[in-house]
Amino acid sequence: MHVIERDALTALFVALRQRAFRLLGPTVRDGAIVYDELASPADLPQGWTDTQDGGTYRLVRRNDAALFGYAVGPHSWKQFLHPPTVRLWQAQRDGQSFHIRAEQPEQARFAFIGVRSCELHAIAIHDRIFLHDAYVDPVYRARRENLFIVAVNCGQAGGTCFCVSMHTGPKVTQGFDLALTELLTGERHYFVVETGTARGAEVLQDIPHRAATAAEEEAAAAVVARTATQMGRTLHTAGLQELLYRNIEHPRWDEVASRCLTCGNCTMVCPTCFCTTVTDTTDLTGAHAERWRQWDSCFTTDFSYIHGGSVRTSARSRYRHWLMHKLATWIDQFGTSGCVGCGRCITWCPVAIDITAEVDAIRTSEHRAAAEGKNDANA
Amino acid sequence: MVYTPEQQPVDTAFPDPMLPRLYRVEQVRREIRATCTLALVPDNGTTAFSFAPGQFTMLYVFGIGEIPISISGDPAQPHLLVHTVRAVGPVSQALQQLKRGDVIGVRGPFGSSWPIEDAKGSDVILVAGGLGLAPLRPALYALLSQREQYGRLCLLYGARTPQDVLYARELARWRGRFDLDVYVTVDSASTAWRGQVGVVTALLAKIPFDPANTVALVCGPEVMMRFTTRELQERGLSAVHIFVSMERNMKCALGFCGHCQFGPTFVCKDGPVLRYDRIQSWFGKREI
Repeated sequence: MHVIERDALTALFVALRQRAFRLLGPTVRDGAIVYDELASPADLPQGWTDTQDGGTYRLVRRNDAALFGYAVGPHSWKQFLHPPTVRLWQAQRDGQSFHIRAEQPEQARFAFIGVRSCELHAIAIHDRIFLHDAYVDPVYRARRENLFIVAVNCGQAGGTCFCVSMHTGPKVTQGFDLALTELLTGERHYFVVETGTARGAEVLQDIPHRAATAAEEEAAAAVVARTATQMGRTLHTAGLQELLYRNIEHPRWDEVASRCLTCGNCTMVCPTCFCTTVTDTTDLTGAHAERWRQWDSCFTTDFSYIHGGSVRTSARSRYRHWLMHKLATWIDQFGTSGCVGCGRCITWCPVAIDITAEVDAIRTSEHRAAAEGKNDANA
Repeated sequence: MVYTPEQQPVDTAFPDPMLPRLYRVEQVRREIRATCTLALVPDNGTTAFSFAPGQFTMLYVFGIGEIPISISGDPAQPHLLVHTVRAVGPVSQALQQLKRGDVIGVRGPFGSSWPIEDAKGSDVILVAGGLGLAPLRPALYALLSQREQYGRLCLLYGARTPQDVLYARELARWRGRFDLDVYVTVDSASTAWRGQVGVVTALLAKIPFDPANTVALVCGPEVMMRFTTRELQERGLSAVHIFVSMERNMKCALGFCGHCQFGPTFVCKDGPVLRYDRIQSWFGKREI
């Protein structure tokens, strides 16, 4: 482990920019911490934190100058790796025929600054879908291949966080080039740095750094250990997949549907939701056509449309599909849960539907039913 | 006997799976109501691909859009790519308007196929409802092309009315064979109809089969497949001997868009042909 002082962050930015990386990371905009272009460390949300609960997100001033002293905002990194809209190809009419012009996906050189452990897991999940399945998505690959990741160990958990339940954090363990732990003690503001790749180690050489002392390493470990105890939520995952498969027709789905607006916010903020639709367009002459791909949401009725109507017309079935996919069928499909415990779907739900509470409600009703069954047997 | 749907290798010769290949309409055959069969050949510079029975493609009409359509032609003649399409939406409507010489985009072939290899040595029952005969036709071609490899072959076909019987002339030809049993029924008909009236499951009662050595290939509307699989199971056929071809909304056919999910199944890449035991617990549940 190494240590870099707060001021050395500028050198990190310079080192990455010299390697032709485009720096993206947290910044304050529109009353939230979002991910966007970073010109310098001055763009980071210094001295800001967030308070989060179901349907609630507020920026609050910290009483220190922490740069990464918040949880996660409405953005996730998927907007860069799996863009919300992308043109797939263009075509030009030529008599009865036409020509298709392939889109050359831009070989991006992104450097993400401030990636949390849950988000690294989300990126790993997208890697599985877009790079390691039957087909490779050329759009994703072109943006993912050169990606440089500066991860951050969480110094505090948000009110809707539950990465501990999902075993996806708060400590960064995989998929990073450099990992920082931010420490503010008295006058000192510094980062303990772990290198995850040779490329990360090479970048570190360009930054003023020194070996971390045992005390500094211990202090860094204490930060994530403390964060792990602060989780705002818990998702009880024991036997979860089987629990949900047993309860496809549970009355709780009707109850949650009576609150769900089917707005799709949860799918937009979710770092793993990957569904898309395509739109075929023409210009006014009708001679030029394009195909665009856009993020889509399983909360629309269009999503499941086949001739004659939609498969999932009720809000009940659409919420159920989303939750079941996230927590159960995803495991069959890709070998992991589709949920990384970031809590965004809880925070950004306009009516504060809480995925952890929905699971608990189904689980509790089963326990109750089992207990009543036992009582009946005793009577 | 263990039967499994055949998973076809991904065509790596064509690196961008999102890019359509150009195919020229060679022939348009008007079939039953609002339905046509398109025979396509590779346009200049496009190479033909081979396909397995049960696989599908994504057909793109310039400027209109793209839809999944199962291949209904002969896998032994891959240079002639045949699809039967009914007009139910803008793209399938536009496909009806095509004339010889028009060029469309084709992506594919995608998905799993009927267990033609595994079924060797067994009796095979094909049960089709309505346009569900189209995805089964390549399987029948393949079975008949090596007829000696199989035991009894039987095709049960149900259509709404006598006017809705797809491939009627070909059905008549198949019916003339001594090595293939063909039964056709319609849901309703005028008194002029002298054939069978009733649902396709009623035809199952007509045929004896040995459940231990029979595989059933089923394609049709979901409700028809639900009753057919139930009837087959009541007749002793195990779920691992039953195959169905599923239909769901598809935007990519590559496992990326998420639209075709049916429980844990991606219909585009795990299916469309699925062994029934794999989806049984989801089948018949509403709005999955």
